[in-house]
Amino acid sequence: MELFELTAHELHAKLDRQETSAEEIVRSVLGRISRVENSVFAFMTVNIDEAITKAKEIDEYITSGKKMTPLTGIPIAIKDNMCTRGMLTTASSKILRNYIPPYNATVVEKILQAGAIPIGKTNLDEFAMGSSTENSAYKVTKNPWNLGTVPGGSSGGSAACIAADEAILAFGSDTGGSIRQPASFCGVVGLKPTYGRVSRYGLIAFASSLDQIGPLTKDVTDAAIFLNSIAGHDPKDSTSVDLPVPDYRKSLIDDVKNLKIGVIKELLGEGIGSSVKSSILEAAELLKKLGAKVEEVSMPTLKYGVATYYLLATAEASSNLERYDGVKYGHRSSEADDLLAMYYNTRREGFGPEVKRRIMLGTYALSAGYYDAYYLKAQKVRTLIKNDFDKAFSKFDCLISPTAPSPAFKIGEKTDDPLSMYLSDIATIPINLAGIPAISIPCGFVNDLPVGLQIIGKAFSEEMLFRVAYTYEQNTEWHKRKPKL
Amino acid sequence: MKYEAVIGLEIHAQLLTDSKIFCGCSTKFGAAPNSNICPVCTGQPGVLPVLNKKVVEFAIKTGLALKGNVAKRSVFARKNYFYPDLPKNYQISQYELPLVVGGHMDVTIDGKIKHIGITRIHLEEDAGKLVHKGAAGLKGSTGSLVDFNRTGVPLMEIVTEPDIRSPEEAKLFMQDLRNLLVYLGVCDGNMEEGSLRCDANVSLRPAGKKELGTKTEVKNMNSFKSVQKALESEIKRQAEMLGSGERIVQETRLFDDLTGTTTPMRSKEEAHDYRYFPEPDLVPVEPDKKWVDEISKTITELPNAKKTRLMKDHGLPELDANVLTDDKALADFFEECLKLYKNAKNLSNWMIGDLTAYLKVKKIGIKDINISPAQFIEMLNLIDKGTISRNSAKGIMVKMLDGGRSVNDIVAESGATQISDESELLKIITDVMKNNPKSVTDYKSGKEPALFHLIGQVMRATKGRANPETAKKLLTEALKK
Amino acid sequence: MLVDKIPALPAFGEACREAGLHSIIRSMKVTAKDVEHVAKLARLGLTEDEKKRFTEQLSRILDYAETINKLDTKNVSPTSHAIPMKNVFREDKFLPFEDLQEIIANAPKEDNNIFSVPRIME
Repeated sequence: MELFELTAHELHAKLDRQETSAEEIVRSVLGRISRVENSVFAFMTVNIDEAITKAKEIDEYITSGKKMTPLTGIPIAIKDNMCTRGMLTTASSKILRNYIPPYNATVVEKILQAGAIPIGKTNLDEFAMGSSTENSAYKVTKNPWNLGTVPGGSSGGSAACIAADEAILAFGSDTGGSIRQPASFCGVVGLKPTYGRVSRYGLIAFASSLDQIGPLTKDVTDAAIFLNSIAGHDPKDSTSVDLPVPDYRKSLIDDVKNLKIGVIKELLGEGIGSSVKSSILEAAELLKKLGAKVEEVSMPTLKYGVATYYLLATAEASSNLERYDGVKYGHRSSEADDLLAMYYNTRREGFGPEVKRRIMLGTYALSAGYYDAYYLKAQKVRTLIKNDFDKAFSKFDCLISPTAPSPAFKIGEKTDDPLSMYLSDIATIPINLAGIPAISIPCGFVNDLPVGLQIIGKAFSEEMLFRVAYTYEQNTEWHKRKPKL
Repeated sequence: MKYEAVIGLEIHAQLLTDSKIFCGCSTKFGAAPNSNICPVCTGQPGVLPVLNKKVVEFAIKTGLALKGNVAKRSVFARKNYFYPDLPKNYQISQYELPLVVGGHMDVTIDGKIKHIGITRIHLEEDAGKLVHKGAAGLKGSTGSLVDFNRTGVPLMEIVTEPDIRSPEEAKLFMQDLRNLLVYLGVCDGNMEEGSLRCDANVSLRPAGKKELGTKTEVKNMNSFKSVQKALESEIKRQAEMLGSGERIVQETRLFDDLTGTTTPMRSKEEAHDYRYFPEPDLVPVEPDKKWVDEISKTITELPNAKKTRLMKDHGLPELDANVLTDDKALADFFEECLKLYKNAKNLSNWMIGDLTAYLKVKKIGIKDINISPAQFIEMLNLIDKGTISRNSAKGIMVKMLDGGRSVNDIVAESGATQISDESELLKIITDVMKNNPKSVTDYKSGKEPALFHLIGQVMRATKGRANPETAKKLLTEALKK
Repeated sequence: MLVDKIPALPAFGEACREAGLHSIIRSMKVTAKDVEHVAKLARLGLTEDEKKRFTEQLSRILDYAETINKLDTKNVSPTSHAIPMKNVFREDKFLPFEDLQEIIANAPKEDNNIFSVPRIME
């Protein structure tokens, strides 16, 4: 196998045995990018020279006998809505077409400290708003399994990147499913940690009370390793929790005996493709066979998740995006004779239609006379959804569902109907509303397109998720399949 | 028809912390533009606020001093509006759940104590500074420049109940509030520099009625005097309008110090829809009893209490007590001096008189002077002993303050010791009488003023060092002969 | 390559039926005036085409969003923070940011380190 095809833990072992070097790894990955990127379009920017320079530094570090971390020498792709100092960061929007952050996101600092090598910034739906990466103002990323289909969104670039072996690890962000759904569409592992587990400092905000940064990886082991490096309290993020970070690798045990697993009834009903349904039920059977107690559980408020989300998330987003005004950074319209003209034209030129739509929706939901009916009401329904999960977790150790109602859809298929696009997040959104963690792992194929299994846990139960996911992975072969590029 | 003015004030106080409310930038005034900035206070993509603990402490301290109720749970909120001095185009403030609710401050007006209610106290971040190009102000400008040094400086907003009934009351309230904030050490209370700002809501109603009239908001009052002048002008304007049957338009009016009047801020009233919602990037503040008690202990004697004590314990008249307590540093110096000196009134005279005059001329505060309370008292002791005269002491004090030197040094050097020794003075008096025979004769024939001429001659001959009382006594005796 | 047929998502259909719409008709919920007003609040310049499109789309989305009104939330308190936390502070310490120039460097227009904006009309 080529170096670029390996996982982080496999590469670490090779580095440890001095069978390879960071430079070799980086060159292998860069070579892969040069061959397939013109088909996949996962990246906004690729750091060719910087990555090789860094790799050389890392090699010196390693040969001088200094201690390695599991991330030392590993090429990592970073979603372009995460601030990287000195490196163009656009959020895939025209309004930040020339923005060079003066600081690093906390998680970027962490991986740099750990000796990882940023290989490039990946494409996303503009400002993370979307479920297909088609809303990027720059390019449409293709699903490596079928270049006529979408990779999912908003972390489509990162997911495609991992599926196509264009990076060993990738950062994603998840507000309503933006790590998990693309992981599902691209046949890779994607984890949304508990809200507050990973620092948001440096993540270009979409919906502050829902956003979380998380890993997109080739297997569950890599996800555990990656989470180890990025989780933890950050004094720069008031919403990050001050709880110790366990060693998630310790959860990688092949054993689900006597675990109580709930299959969410409402997410296997109408609206879910029949083949997707079969894959999930097969996965449930396997877990049963491996010793878990698998039962159906009903969560009646879940169906209100999408409506609730599109009021809350857009409200917060409409406020978070007010700062993009042409005053301090980014695009400023040339039609700017006076201040108002500058505001109107800069934002008109700089934002794409989906972003504009959500800003309008959110502003409306917060505006005078509508706050109680929309925003406040949605916050209350959020409590109901949270309560539903709490009830379920009093009975079950974790819950499972499909990650998405279908495998990857065709490029252009849903772009005319925003509401239909929103509804494809029906299985992932409630998790963000409740602030709990969930992981998506490959569990089958439909017409040669990957299907994802979502495993959901209560707050700070990532260890449980890794255990169940690892067990399933070790007893199946889905994660070993690679797309033909 | 007699109208009653109903006034409520909205005060913003910049808090004296070392760093800004949500980031570690300096709050120091007067730095070069955009030198006290960071990603957080310039609203860069991806940044997050973290609340400065001391800011909360100061607000709770103020709330306790104003006898308000500290909220068990307090929440920050976003106030959304677009303006270049607001980097995020929203201000992090507080809306439904402020940190302190209720309270009051007593203001003495015409000898009577009046209770002015406090509605609420909350925290928020300050905006940046705009400088307009090509014109004196906004009107006719060709562009504007934005300095973000001030964005994120912590502000404490205090809203009063509409309990104030006259412009003078408003001014007194502001002055008393300012003293309180300075005493608490939470704000330096400088209206001219903008560390203390005041907006007013004014309406009129027929005397005795309970319903409130239409109110206008008055802004841009940059001194205590302006507060009074602006309110006088606005009340007059409203009274005239009501008198001629016109309706008051609810609007915002800006005070102009030069004309002494207010003008409407916008020709068309554009109500802002701030779309307040709880700030998702910050978590609620829930002060526990232990913390509030700790803060309570840091509140030292407040101005009113100090004033009463100085009057009672040291027999100072109200005027003296007022002036001394108006400036906390002055009051502190005074009390330090009192530890070494008994004559409170004499001390007060010197401090309120000559010392304050010196401070005014040099444009400094008492904190900046070069001598200690002990050294100041040395000077007073020498006057009491008669070693130096009151007159020469004035000049000596200036020399002391200028050079930071002790009184003994200055006196020794200039030979300015007062001549009180009677035998020495007699010699000089004899000479003066010999040299001024006409004055002697004049006095002896009943012309009293001639005595002062002779005293003057004695002072001249001794270069001002003669103890005037002793000289007068000896001359009078000698002239009797 | 064939993709699994995407079924009409009945969640939406159900919502429409419940909202009393028997077919997907143009909703009059949000008017063009509303759209103009909201665009103004958000300082978002819209083309005439966009105004029309948004009026229709926002109406449909809000119709759907209103399905949450079916839930009884009388005694339910709102959730602002999914993971309840309180009293997160930092010490009052001056911590200078070293790379000021990198902040200024992003300014679309500046004048001697000061951000420049076009004239503010009254």
